[in-house]
Amino acid sequence: MKLTLKIWRQKNASDKGGFVTYPVDGISTDMSFLEMLDVLNEQLTEKGEDPVHFDHDCREGICGMCSLYINGNPHGPLQTTTCQLHMRSFSDGQTITIEPWRAKAFPVVKDLVVNRSAFDRIIQAGGYVSVNTGGVPDANEIPIPKRIADEAFDAATCIGCGACVAACKNASAMLFTSAKISQLALLPQGRVERKERAEKMVAQMDAEGFGACTNTGACAAECPKGISLTNIARMNREYFAAVVSSENV
Amino acid sequence: MSWVTKTLSSTLGRKLIMALTGLFLILFLTGHVSGNLLLFKNDGGQAFNIYAKFMTTNPAVKLLSYLTYISVIGHVIYSILLSQLNKTARPVGYAETKSSKNSSSASRNMGVLGTIILVFLIIHMQSFWYQMHWGDLPIVSYDGEEYKDLFSIVSFAFQSELMVIGYVIAMGFLGFHLSHGFASAFQTLGLNHKKYSPAIEGLGKIYSILVPILFASMPVYIYFTSLS
Repeated sequence: MKLTLKIWRQKNASDKGGFVTYPVDGISTDMSFLEMLDVLNEQLTEKGEDPVHFDHDCREGICGMCSLYINGNPHGPLQTTTCQLHMRSFSDGQTITIEPWRAKAFPVVKDLVVNRSAFDRIIQAGGYVSVNTGGVPDANEIPIPKRIADEAFDAATCIGCGACVAACKNASAMLFTSAKISQLALLPQGRVERKERAEKMVAQMDAEGFGACTNTGACAAECPKGISLTNIARMNREYFAAVVSSENV
Repeated sequence: MSWVTKTLSSTLGRKLIMALTGLFLILFLTGHVSGNLLLFKNDGGQAFNIYAKFMTTNPAVKLLSYLTYISVIGHVIYSILLSQLNKTARPVGYAETKSSKNSSSASRNMGVLGTIILVFLIIHMQSFWYQMHWGDLPIVSYDGEEYKDLFSIVSFAFQSELMVIGYVIAMGFLGFHLSHGFASAFQTLGLNHKKYSPAIEGLGKIYSILVPILFASMPVYIYFTSLS
């Protein structure tokens, strides 16, 4: 395959940045999108140019590290991670536009790499269960219905890649935050701190500068893990119930 | 900041206000369209004028009308606040977006649709609401009681093709706004349930088609009856 790549290049966070066009040749349809970028980077390195920086780690679709806004959609044309996107999804001679996630809360570090620490800070605000003392509890000590366990698990499959923020017209992080609130709110262990958690995580989400939700559903449609919008409704219920009934004045 | 102001200035709190005012305005539209069906009654506007007097003098209706004004103003102000916030959340936009792949155009353009509806609302209120309250209307009497003849103002206004076309187009925009807004308000309130959400979405689609069509049929009906 022969391709024309239109890639966003930006030296550092304060650089203005812009698109640079690169032709690449000899791309196999079996290559993953990231492997195709590896080919380009090898060529650039051989020429003594700065390779294109992009995030990646496991390349198995489970870590959530890869990003890229490809031809107008996060993770490209398929509802999967960029590492699981293959070049057979593109046609020979195609021009591919590659941009970083765009959000105030996800500043560009370099080229296509963005800083997603805002997500970590939302988790730090309350996305955990406090266990202060005692030994390891026995498995299945607390009975949890299968249906509830499945629902919590589905929410917990969020890998925090940020495609929801990238897809949302408001750069809202509600799908991410709601998945993290849901996975704990559904389980008895998480219910103990549910009010504090909902209030703190929503406050942190707002403080990071993410936008609000317009319920367009773009996030869920683009989520590589298929996180559902029902989580956002649950987060809203959790939050509204928390603010009216918690002791925080 | 107290917990109330803190909540109402959060993204979720602002969305809550949008949903509550939006749902109240949906209730208002239901009442408005049902009452105005009296325009179709072939009695020279008697029933409509009696209804119009009731709607402007009854104390319970007055209270509801104040709630409606507050809802309209609240819906507009909070939509501006949210739009500003949402704009700042993405200072640098994308060079290429294919958002039609993941969402409906109505859901992405609620602000634009709402602005068009607001412009229509101002013209609409100036034409009829203002006239009814402070305008110099002809007086008619039925069974010895005097009524403002709002019907004559309405039927005169809709003899103009421009007004009729404008109204029909505006109702189209209202339909698109409602097609997303109806179900979206329930989602924001957290009312998402396997059993009821499909029904709410279905009802929202029917509502967003039926109500604007009924509204639009009024000026069209009056225009064509005035011709004959």
